Amino acid sequence: MAQHYAPPKQGGMGQFIDSILLMVLVFICLLAPVYLKADHSAAPPEEAKEEATKVEATWQGLGQTPVQAQQWEKLGHTPETAKPIIDNRFDYAVDPMALIVTIAVIVGYFVFVFRISDREYREVVRERFGDGGN
Amino acid sequence: MSEATTAAGSASGQPTRIALLKVLGPVHVWALGVGIVLVGEFMGWNFSVGKGGAYGSLIACWVVGLLYTCVAMIDSEVTSTVAAAGGQYTQAKHIVGPLMAFNVGLYLVMAYTMLEAGDALVVGDLMKAVAGELGHADLDPRPFVVLSIALLAWLNYRGVFMTLTVNFVITAAAFLAIVILFVGVSPWEPAKVLLHKDLLVDLPYGWIGVIAAMQFAMWYYLGIEGTCQAAEEVRSAGRSIPLGTMSGMITLLIAASLTWYVAAGLMPWEYLGQAITPLYDAAKLTGSGTLQVILFVGTIFSAIASANGCINDASRAWFSMGRDRYLPTWFGAVHPRYRTPYRAILFLIPIAVVFAFQAPLDQVISFSILSGLLGYTFMSFNMMKFRKQWPLGSIKRGYVHPFHPLPAIVLLVLCIATYFATFLGYGATLVAVMAFYILASAWFVFHRYKFVRRGDQFTMPWPRPKGY
Repeated sequence: MAQHYAPPKQGGMGQFIDSILLMVLVFICLLAPVYLKADHSAAPPEEAKEEATKVEATWQGLGQTPVQAQQWEKLGHTPETAKPIIDNRFDYAVDPMALIVTIAVIVGYFVFVFRISDREYREVVRERFGDGGN
Repeated sequence: MSEATTAAGSASGQPTRIALLKVLGPVHVWALGVGIVLVGEFMGWNFSVGKGGAYGSLIACWVVGLLYTCVAMIDSEVTSTVAAAGGQYTQAKHIVGPLMAFNVGLYLVMAYTMLEAGDALVVGDLMKAVAGELGHADLDPRPFVVLSIALLAWLNYRGVFMTLTVNFVITAAAFLAIVILFVGVSPWEPAKVLLHKDLLVDLPYGWIGVIAAMQFAMWYYLGIEGTCQAAEEVRSAGRSIPLGTMSGMITLLIAASLTWYVAAGLMPWEYLGQAITPLYDAAKLTGSGTLQVILFVGTIFSAIASANGCINDASRAWFSMGRDRYLPTWFGAVHPRYRTPYRAILFLIPIAVVFAFQAPLDQVISFSILSGLLGYTFMSFNMMKFRKQWPLGSIKRGYVHPFHPLPAIVLLVLCIATYFATFLGYGATLVAVMAFYILASAWFVFHRYKFVRRGDQFTMPWPRPKGY
């Protein structure tokens, strides 16, 4: 029969540190792209909004048909306020290096998680079902 | 779902487990899944229009519908067999191993907590929009955001039964609001209210935009897999889980198509692609005050129902990980009076509030979507391992899904396409989310796992897995 693993007891301070560490990890990792403004945002940037007020825009110049212009106006927009929204386009040019790094990170993560999980799972199975196997 | 029957402590000092009541049927499973997801029809889905245009969003919506059909098929088989509370987290413990289970638990917590932050953000934004129309344009929406999260957390802290019952009612009301809006725009009379002919344009970014739109098209359905959280409480898992989940998927496919049809016929795609409350805006454009009020109520109801379900599910996943020692055991406590995982509920509040305050809606949604996507990627591998370790006939299955391994392969291919869709425009967010899970995994492997009792991780009455 396999020997049962007896885990150590964790004290209150250790539990507190673990909890805070996880919360800090969430904030640092997930808020980083927000603060660094590293990604596209659905909402147009403030600078674009300010810039738009300085130039005279027309619905025609923004490529809007009369019906589209009418709907914008019903939503409370003028050509000036609509301009930064209409101009806020995505850039889908793919940087091959960034793509390779991203693929490597995702694949590496899953390989790591499945390999370590498999090792841990064998320990679990050994304790639950005893030595031997099929 | 409810862990309220898990009592803490007995005379011997050992935790006592009382079995969860098996009272739920397919209707409850349907309501649980649709309740969390329906808010996706009221906000968030429309960012897919911004990424690929209106037609691009519709194509992406159907393709991602196929992804979720695979999720529902796989989930129905595994959940009706691993009929235990904890959903995919429990499945990962029994089929893949502790580190995967830890990650799956985190996926669930982050997907639901970020969705909760998004829900609160929408409530705040809608209040600001309505206040603006009533002449109070300088209204600060932040108190509404905090109030929504705090109130729902308090309800969850006090007990779950009544809040989930209320949830079902307000979910039905929110769904009815979509149907009323659809009827209200007279779809049988084209060009009377709906202006598809004048507003729909070709694909603004071409076919790459359609792929890019798959990222936010997930928002139409994200959370339907939450039906498996009820596995331990359904009367007949083999019947209720597949029936409830698949009927939920059909409901969402219909609701998604109706939502797209109405919104794309009323708003220019550039506006629709960045709107925070697109269905409320659609109601405003009809010129009907009644529809505007109905959609205001529908949006608020859907956001509250969703946030409520999210607090419930996220806190239970966090609680389960604490109970299994994957997280500090302090989180595994049950309130002595209300029988709720109160510490887990309280711990997750600041995370939801900070993201609702600091991050824009599209990025909050991206965090939630990516955590969901990682979970679906796990599901495709999980299904393969499940059939390999316990071939058909070796254990009693509640339901056997057809065409294996096709759904698992299609799911994996569509997940890969959705990672690429996220890379297009939200690449830094994608890498940041991966960095979080990699660091959390390293923390688990090198520090946390030593506190985990090995043999206790396998509790199903199954034979030894093949190959182990």
